[in-house]
Amino acid sequence: MKDESDYPENGGPVAVHQTTTEVESEGRDAARLAARGITVGYGGRTVIDELDVAIPPGVITTIIGPNGCGKSTLLRTLTRLLKPVKGAVVLDGEDIAGLRTRDVAKKLGLLPQAPVAPEGLTVADLVARGRHPHQSWLRQWSSDDADVVASALAMTGVSELADRPVDSLSGGQRQRVWISMTLAQGTDLLLLDEPTTYLDLAHAIDVLDLVDDLHESGCTVVMVLHDLNLATRYSDNLIVMREGAILAQGHPRDVITAGLLEEAFGLRAMVIDDPVGDRPLIVPIGRTHVSLN
Amino acid sequence: MTETKPSPVPGVRIGQMSFVWRPWLVLVTLLLAAAGFLVFCLSISVGDFPIGLSRVIATLFGRGEQVDEFVVMDLRMPRALAGLVVGVALGVSGAITQSVARNPLASPDVLGITGGAGMVAVFLVTVSGGIAAAVVSSVGLTVAALAGGLGAGLLVYFLAWRRGIDGFRLILIGISVSAMTEAVTTWLLVSADIRDVARAQAWLVGSLDNRSWDEVRVALWCSLALMAVVACVAFQFKPMHLGDEVAAGLGVRYTRVRALLLLCAVLLAAVAVSAAGPVPFVALVAPQVAMRLARCPTPPMVASGLTGALLLTGSDLVARSVLPIGLPVGVVTAAIGGPFLVYLLVRANLR
Repeated sequence: MKDESDYPENGGPVAVHQTTTEVESEGRDAARLAARGITVGYGGRTVIDELDVAIPPGVITTIIGPNGCGKSTLLRTLTRLLKPVKGAVVLDGEDIAGLRTRDVAKKLGLLPQAPVAPEGLTVADLVARGRHPHQSWLRQWSSDDADVVASALAMTGVSELADRPVDSLSGGQRQRVWISMTLAQGTDLLLLDEPTTYLDLAHAIDVLDLVDDLHESGCTVVMVLHDLNLATRYSDNLIVMREGAILAQGHPRDVITAGLLEEAFGLRAMVIDDPVGDRPLIVPIGRTHVSLN
Repeated sequence: MTETKPSPVPGVRIGQMSFVWRPWLVLVTLLLAAAGFLVFCLSISVGDFPIGLSRVIATLFGRGEQVDEFVVMDLRMPRALAGLVVGVALGVSGAITQSVARNPLASPDVLGITGGAGMVAVFLVTVSGGIAAAVVSSVGLTVAALAGGLGAGLLVYFLAWRRGIDGFRLILIGISVSAMTEAVTTWLLVSADIRDVARAQAWLVGSLDNRSWDEVRVALWCSLALMAVVACVAFQFKPMHLGDEVAAGLGVRYTRVRALLLLCAVLLAAVAVSAAGPVPFVALVAPQVAMRLARCPTPPMVASGLTGALLLTGSDLVARSVLPIGLPVGVVTAAIGGPFLVYLLVRANLR
């Protein structure tokens, strides 16, 4: 059918588009996904005003910021769930608003915040749904689909759960399954909106390790996280937002400072070296149980 | 299961076409179709002049005797076919509305369609003269009721619209609009002439009595056309069970797909109501029963339609043959469908 994708998941056309982007953005590093002067709002209230951002390829980018700063709004605009009032989101050199929804879905995988599966839906059926952008009315299930789904299940470590209903799993397993569905979509650009919501710390680490595996395998990941230390540990590029604007962007080592935390979150904190990692560690200073002034 | 790691989702391929292979769903669907056909034939064979089942089937395939042919094709066929068409239409309509709202309560009865059609029909029957008479004489009661159902359904849809459609909002507004139409219907019945009330009541309970070939033909073609549209869109609808945002991420233009499917559901229900009156409960119970029989997490469209047909034709058969007094079919659908759904729910609890 006409919708069947001719191009491979990585390579050819991507490289071509990257050069286009480079030319257009005058030297900005070959971002596959970028926002140019976007203004986004809900019903008259402007959340993001004239924002520019480029997502560097091949790394994990995490958007952080206080509640209501517009980080989810930015992520949702980048995935075309929200339409900017002004400006454009550019995917592989093309305005995302002008692309067909299916074509966007073949390039960009999206996992919304806290998705819910129908009661009784099995893991395999949920992950299989991720193939939808590659299917058509006549070709609803090809052998390619079966292979991709099997490897997506294996990659996220949920092959053993394939026949179980999604609602019978633990929160962490469930999130793995959802990520597996996004993987089955076969895109190397993944946008995850708070993938660790409602998870305890152990499960959150588990899911983020999985995200890091995906990054190692060549995916570009953009996510929104609430936990600053997890964001610092797991990302190569942080976007710090406040009141709909970007306050700072860069590697956690360059971005995370006590001054920035105070400015962005109004949080008094100490930034020390992470004893188990090569990233900074944020130690918040509250009012009680604090021994230094 | 004993083989070395089979594919988690088995598929079936026929030439260019390929589908996920779900043997249980196919089996249940075929059994429902067979049962539906059997009840359809039984419904034709029962009557003042009983005709054997084998003779009914022979006549249906054009090999019957002249005497049977008249009774089967001219006298009894419209009623049986109306039961089938209305049942399928209600079942599919319910499956769509419940899937769209992601809520089993969202049936056409709740979404105001039935109430709107009923209100218009009662208005036309009870208010004599003037506009009512003009409407009835020009388009007929059936079409006017259809328009009423469609109007109420669209009203609910647009009132529920707030940057998209939310299941709960749709149901709440549906219930409100239904309550209003029912209030108007009751008021019309209370203030009307007693003879008109009897006619209106007969229409309101839902019945397959005295269907003519013309009425059935209109309902049949309308339903077939609508179901063709539903079949085309159904593929795009599959990811929408996972929520709007996931569906959008998978490349579905969900507002458009949903609006189109809801419109089909409203039209199917309106066609059913205009053909048989507001038969209660079929659209609510058929998808839920089909879901549990087929062990699907979401209402299966084809099986829901067949369950609706089986429920409606079966209820009509029971109403005519087993029960001593001629009850309208609407009473029996609720009496049979309700307990059966409760049984399925309780059985699921016990496991």
